[in-house]
Amino acid sequence: MADQAPLICRDIHKTFNKLEVLKGISLETRKGDVVSLIGSSGSGKSTFLRCINLLETPTSGDIIVHGDPIRFKDNGKGERIPADNRQVELIRAKLSMVFQGFNLWSHMTVLENIIEAPVHVLKVPKKEAIERAEAYLQKVGIYERKDYYPAQMSGGQQQRAAIARALAMEPEVMLFDEPTSALDPELVGEVLKVMQSLAEEGRTMIVVTHEMAFARDVSTQVLFLHQGVIEEQGTPDKVFDHPESERMKQFLAPKF
Amino acid sequence: MFDLKGYGPSLLDGAVITIELAFLSLALALALGLIGASSKLSGNRLAKGIATGYTTVIRGIPDLVMMLLFYYGGQVAVNNLSDYLYEAYEIDFFFQFDPFISGVVTIGLIFGAYMTETFRGAFLAVETGQVEAAKAYGFTRWHTFRRIIFPQMLRHALPGIGNNWQVLLKTTALVSIIGLTDMVRVAEEAAKAERMPFHFFIPVAAVYLALTAGSELFIKWLDKRANVGVVHGG
Repeated sequence: MADQAPLICRDIHKTFNKLEVLKGISLETRKGDVVSLIGSSGSGKSTFLRCINLLETPTSGDIIVHGDPIRFKDNGKGERIPADNRQVELIRAKLSMVFQGFNLWSHMTVLENIIEAPVHVLKVPKKEAIERAEAYLQKVGIYERKDYYPAQMSGGQQQRAAIARALAMEPEVMLFDEPTSALDPELVGEVLKVMQSLAEEGRTMIVVTHEMAFARDVSTQVLFLHQGVIEEQGTPDKVFDHPESERMKQFLAPKF
Repeated sequence: MFDLKGYGPSLLDGAVITIELAFLSLALALALGLIGASSKLSGNRLAKGIATGYTTVIRGIPDLVMMLLFYYGGQVAVNNLSDYLYEAYEIDFFFQFDPFISGVVTIGLIFGAYMTETFRGAFLAVETGQVEAAKAYGFTRWHTFRRIIFPQMLRHALPGIGNNWQVLLKTTALVSIIGLTDMVRVAEEAAKAERMPFHFFIPVAAVYLALTAGSELFIKWLDKRANVGVVHGG
């Protein structure tokens, strides 16, 4: 089923101790969607992204990846945990994540970073994984750095390597958690450019971002979160140019 | 060159015992250290309690006292258990506490406690983002440990392991007290009989020095390998 929704989230709630961080977030994607999650710090946008690949376990709500709903069970203390770790691992392999802090494995070269999960998780033959990795490194423009260690590269190069690592999984959906927030301003552009080219290829992406120009120009859907709820949702046109919520208008207002 | 008055072969045997003792104790200490550190860092309160009790008790007692307690006390405990089992259930159970095994167990237990602390600190020093990335890419827990946590933990643990190993190696000299004929014991007997302390103790000192110096080089090499990808300064 080629046109099955890559990712559906229904009524996701997340409570830390007694603090409710997400109060019912739903999201439906079609193949090729680029969803931008925007909002101020503490609005819950990163937590929502981390719920999608179970780095946080949602307190309630459903996550359905390409038709496969994640199964949960009670851990005996009234908390919900994934019922089947193997299912979680398989689903995570379909949802690659790009982190704010890159999180490239520091003891491996760029190439080793990129083939690690395809070889050991997806069981791709090593030779094929290397060819694939080299192609993606070409694409993000750091092929000549393939034998470098992460610490020997700039932030922008590291993040591009991390994007190549995500691409090498040939995922259903790519999750980006503030991918440019840890970068020096002059390095932001090179990462955004790569992300834009991925969007143009029709990859399904969910992007937590503070880059409003990216959200406006590249996304197909924008979600504006505030205090754990979706305040405004729709096409970039609607959200940026005709917002209904007061919060969204305030958020967009010039700060100084 | 150096006349060992016929004690040469037994000194050599003693040196072999010292080396065997040191390596077996090291293996036990490393295993206990990994288990201890994992217990201390686990969410399980019982495991945490046991590991904390272990390191507190062991690190608070002199090595020599531990060794005497184990060797003599251990034998008495086995004797009592053996008597009890025979009287109560007519089970025939007995074994002799061998000084070599006592030595390995005692030294392993002592250094397991130090290794626990070394490993605990090293595990804590691995950045959470590294583990999170592994999770996010569908790694199993074992794969995450083997490919990500363990190699990165080693960077932080190796200096401590190297230190503990040197002290452990020298601690093996204590087993001569409980009657194991390691090279110290042989040298002591020879020195007494021949009234030539320098003559016999200096070679022993040289062997220890050679072993510690050799291991220092080896640890340095390991450290370099473990720290591949780390950029200093900047």
